[in-house]
Amino acid sequence: MAQLTLKDVRKVYDSKVEAVRSFNLTIADGEFVVFVGPSGCGKSTTLRMIAGLEDITSGTVSIDGRVVNDAHPKDRDIAMVFQNYALYPHMTVYKNMAFGLMLRKLPREQIRERVERTAILLGIDKLLDRRPKALSGGQRQRVALGRAIVREPKVFLFDEPLSNLDAKLRVQTRTEIKNLHQRLRTTTVYVTHDQEEAMTLGDRIVVMSDGRIQQVDTPLRIYRAPVNRFVAAFLGAPPMNFLNGTLNSREGGIWFDFADTLPLRMLDRHADALRPHLGRPLVLGFRPSATSESPTGKFAGQGNAMRLEAAVVEPMGEVMDVSCRTPKGQPVVVRIASRDDLKAPGPIELHLDMDHVHIFEPGEFGRNLVV
Amino acid sequence: MSDPATRSRRSFSVPRALGFAALVVLGATFTAPFLWQVLISLSSLTDVDLLTRTGFPPVLKPENYPQVFRKVEFARYFFNSFFVAGWVTLLQVITSAMAAYAFSRIRWPMRDRVFLLYLATLMIPGVVLMVPNFAIVLGLGMFNTYWGLIVPAAFSAYGTFLLRQFMLTIPTSLDEAAAIDGAGHWRVFTQVVLPLARPGLIVLAIFTFLGNYNSFFWPLILTKDDNLRVLPIGLLAFDSTYGRETPLIMAGSLMAMVPPVLVFVVLQKYLVKGIQLGAVKG
Repeated sequence: MAQLTLKDVRKVYDSKVEAVRSFNLTIADGEFVVFVGPSGCGKSTTLRMIAGLEDITSGTVSIDGRVVNDAHPKDRDIAMVFQNYALYPHMTVYKNMAFGLMLRKLPREQIRERVERTAILLGIDKLLDRRPKALSGGQRQRVALGRAIVREPKVFLFDEPLSNLDAKLRVQTRTEIKNLHQRLRTTTVYVTHDQEEAMTLGDRIVVMSDGRIQQVDTPLRIYRAPVNRFVAAFLGAPPMNFLNGTLNSREGGIWFDFADTLPLRMLDRHADALRPHLGRPLVLGFRPSATSESPTGKFAGQGNAMRLEAAVVEPMGEVMDVSCRTPKGQPVVVRIASRDDLKAPGPIELHLDMDHVHIFEPGEFGRNLVV
Repeated sequence: MSDPATRSRRSFSVPRALGFAALVVLGATFTAPFLWQVLISLSSLTDVDLLTRTGFPPVLKPENYPQVFRKVEFARYFFNSFFVAGWVTLLQVITSAMAAYAFSRIRWPMRDRVFLLYLATLMIPGVVLMVPNFAIVLGLGMFNTYWGLIVPAAFSAYGTFLLRQFMLTIPTSLDEAAAIDGAGHWRVFTQVVLPLARPGLIVLAIFTFLGNYNSFFWPLILTKDDNLRVLPIGLLAFDSTYGRETPLIMAGSLMAMVPPVLVFVVLQKYLVKGIQLGAVKG
């Protein structure tokens, strides 16, 4: 196990394209960190620089305090699971798992013992004599995991390892990876573009965009307090709703005025942060689950109502997603308690949990003014 | 479900029958020269002219075959052809595979430009290179030696191109996985890429063996001793200023054809794959 440190790491391709810009992060010993972001955000490039598969343009990568910028991948004591598994097609499962140990010249008995122990751990002990082409996607994934685990490395690197699996198997394997990490406590860096995977797996999440870190924090803190509109939009399904408007001061409080629906009164504790932005165009954001039809509990109070037109209802059991529109047609999705008698199309009045309402500056990366 | 008789009746149609007839004619056109060759190889020299009228020799003369061995060093030529083509094949597959690995898996400055330059050598006709190659081989003291027959043919831009295209289809993540597992370039080459490039290696080996087994001009100008002659040149002995012994030439050619035909029949599927490879990746 090891601490992993990235300091001012940059990656520039062909002296033109800056794929990763000044990446700074320390990953604690045994921590599970997930890099998440859309395609082309630099997450895989960063992982590959940690692995030694890409040269680092500037900055340093250290494992356990040792700078490994110029170390060959084999000398970094890492193991990686690839998106396409990268199993050697001409070798059996046993040989796939044993290959790395053979290259490290471990005694044959020790190799056998380690491979068998790992195979039992992953439930692939009956498949050791098979070739990868004779395995299902899920089994291949386990072999790829096994090949990484059997080496007992200091750091595990996962590059979108579940994206080739079907939805059901993905959820199952995700749980297994989490279980494995809890048992092995090996420092892990996991790359994904799937926000659900990021939320469920990571001790901490690194949200990236355009080669930059947007936010690093625990999954729940990022979900509840996104630092900007990009992070807010990226995490959460259905995604956060955004409505344009302006802040105005009246009746002893600060109100967010929309062009086409009822104004919302901001919490007094946010007044100091919001006052400098009065009169400016801003964006109000709230998650679909921060709404209720019933004005009770955290949804009680004045100035938190929103009148919308329900367009489509998608019942999901206990809750239902309702796609709505403001009078001028801005889309809003809400997740509320299920009921049979909601008419769509038809009017709907909702109440917001103002504790979970965010105000962003305009633009894709507009800053969250209330965190 | 229809019974087989109904199916065959249904499948009969005039265009289909015409198609089959055309195939039969085409097949016969290709087969006829070989049958003709067999018939001549079994005739006596005096009956060859008669054959053009009767279509069959009046007397079969199978002793033409052993006679080929008695009249010239046919076994020696056989050995030489095999020896030279075998070594050239082995060396060319090795050098082409190594070059293809360097051109497809290792990143180095100007790599693709150097590859194009190397590939451009394919545009120079072999005949143009004959004289400079001869001068070099002569200068290296390889004239009239096996070395001279083998070494110049041991490197091939075509082979490099073929294997490079093949290796480009092998995912680079395998190299990366091997590198993380602890393998350097040599191990990645020998234990990961080469086993996966086996179909490409076999195709190149077939092409190279067949090409060199039939090689004529280079061995002709490079060798003067009879014991270094290869089959195509050896057969020339039957076509001299004293006359042409057509039945013996045909018997010798037929025997010389056996190995390439066997190679083709056994490894046909790889050849088809190789041709497709060139078509898709060219």
